Amino acid sequence: MANQMREAAIVGIHEYPLRVAPGRSAMQIKVESIKAALDDAGLKWSDIDAVYDTNDGEGGGGLGMAPYLGLKPTVIDTTQVGGSSYEFQTAHALRDIAAGKANVAVLTYGSTAASSRRAIGTGGATGQGLPNWQGNMEDPYGMITVGNYALVAHRHMHEYGTTTEDLAEISVATRLHATRNPEAVKAMTDLQFMGTGEITIQDVLESRMISDPLHLLECCMQSDGGGAVIIASRDVARGTKKKPAWIIGTGEAIKYRENGGDITTSAAAQGGPIAFAEAQVTPAEIDIAMIYDSFTITVATILEDLGFCKKGEYRDLAKGGRFRFDTALKPTLNTDGGGLSSNHPGMRGIFLLFESVRQLRGESTSQVAGAKLAIAHGNGGALGGTHAGGSVILAAD
Amino acid sequence: MPDRPQPRFPEPNTQKYWEAVKEGRLTYQQCADCNTVVFTPRILCTGCGSSNLAWKDSSGEGKVYTYTVVRQNRNPSFAPLGAYVLAWIDLDEGFRMLSNVVGVNDPTTDVKCDMRVKVEFEKQDSGEYPIPVFRPV
Ligand SMILES: [Zn+2]
Repeated sequence: MANQMREAAIVGIHEYPLRVAPGRSAMQIKVESIKAALDDAGLKWSDIDAVYDTNDGEGGGGLGMAPYLGLKPTVIDTTQVGGSSYEFQTAHALRDIAAGKANVAVLTYGSTAASSRRAIGTGGATGQGLPNWQGNMEDPYGMITVGNYALVAHRHMHEYGTTTEDLAEISVATRLHATRNPEAVKAMTDLQFMGTGEITIQDVLESRMISDPLHLLECCMQSDGGGAVIIASRDVARGTKKKPAWIIGTGEAIKYRENGGDITTSAAAQGGPIAFAEAQVTPAEIDIAMIYDSFTITVATILEDLGFCKKGEYRDLAKGGRFRFDTALKPTLNTDGGGLSSNHPGMRGIFLLFESVRQLRGESTSQVAGAKLAIAHGNGGALGGTHAGGSVILAAD
Repeated sequence: MPDRPQPRFPEPNTQKYWEAVKEGRLTYQQCADCNTVVFTPRILCTGCGSSNLAWKDSSGEGKVYTYTVVRQNRNPSFAPLGAYVLAWIDLDEGFRMLSNVVGVNDPTTDVKCDMRVKVEFEKQDSGEYPIPVFRPV
């Protein structure tokens, strides 16, 4: 059990500041981020003995990353489950450190999705690569990334009466937080958003329909970016520069299309309870919910699945400005501005960890006073089809 | 005629399914050991792991589990369709497949969850395999 034992903590973070970074490679973004995250922790290059990688640089996963860095780590992990990779890797780092296999782990991300015009968010398409069992059954029908999520949204609306107004609460609160984060404002400016100020529910309703029922202002941006996380053992964490954010619970699960299955329920329904049981806390105690906002429906579904409300009751949870940093209701949502309005280079999971840590340290631009508990939940793959869900519950020192 | 992407081969899991489609039959698999309905086609039962699977013909009737209207797809193969309805269809035999709902006046208003539909085999400019799509009944 790795619960309140506090065997490992996030001790260093760095979010790469630019969302449009032409002329840089993913590997360079990763390395600049490691240096800054080590500095944030007060640790040095030679302290790293575990490398976790998603194969997002110029290839090779951990096998490519360690040689580029010039390290000979004792743990190499190339877990790649899309946007939730970093929550899975955090879970693995906790286990590896608790088992005595490593003391200082590094997780990195680098992406040039905007500069290289990779298709994600509103732009994603399918149907490339070798002939395969899934593609042959789906490619003739024209699935696109946002369409996959829209399938979830329509069924959610049909079964529970959820409306676009309900979902738009996520866009509105997230944009409020983005307007307070200078890096998010710069991101929206550099990516030529039509406006970078606060938005209303009406603005969301009137934005262009992308794939019914999801509107433009319900979809994530497509940016460059990256960053690094340093996770250390209890002994190392006691001597780092800033207050550690203790990893007190983790959960991992996948979900996929099944005959008769419930598309409105995500992998979080399986992995979330495991994380909460390990952490010995309840959803009601969570101050900060950093939930992967590829699209509004992703957040609504995951909040239900993690137990912030019952399945189908998101519409009630969303009321009263609950998600804003400046109301007393919990949980506060995506205080960095989210994938909708701050940073989404394709795999947002690592940014959920950054902002959770900032809140627990008291460093957020939309700080919730006295935040003690945060959950980062990454969703990788596609919500309406095959996807992975990883939960990490963090506690302040 | 529509110009959708064709299935591509060699692909041993789905070849038999597509040969049946060419004959105007929509097929699925069912486990001879535990009766689990298996779709999409593969070589093991997802209920018990058995390889003892039988191919069966579907009535082609079912209902829309969920849907969306895709307004724009950057793949030019879909341009002739205009805005199209992408849907998961629950067939009466108990399998769920991705498809399109066709034959409605306004795709943004005329399709609903749980609406009854029936398969039809839509010929393609893109190649020899027709594509199974669904029309409201
Ligand atoms: Zn079976």
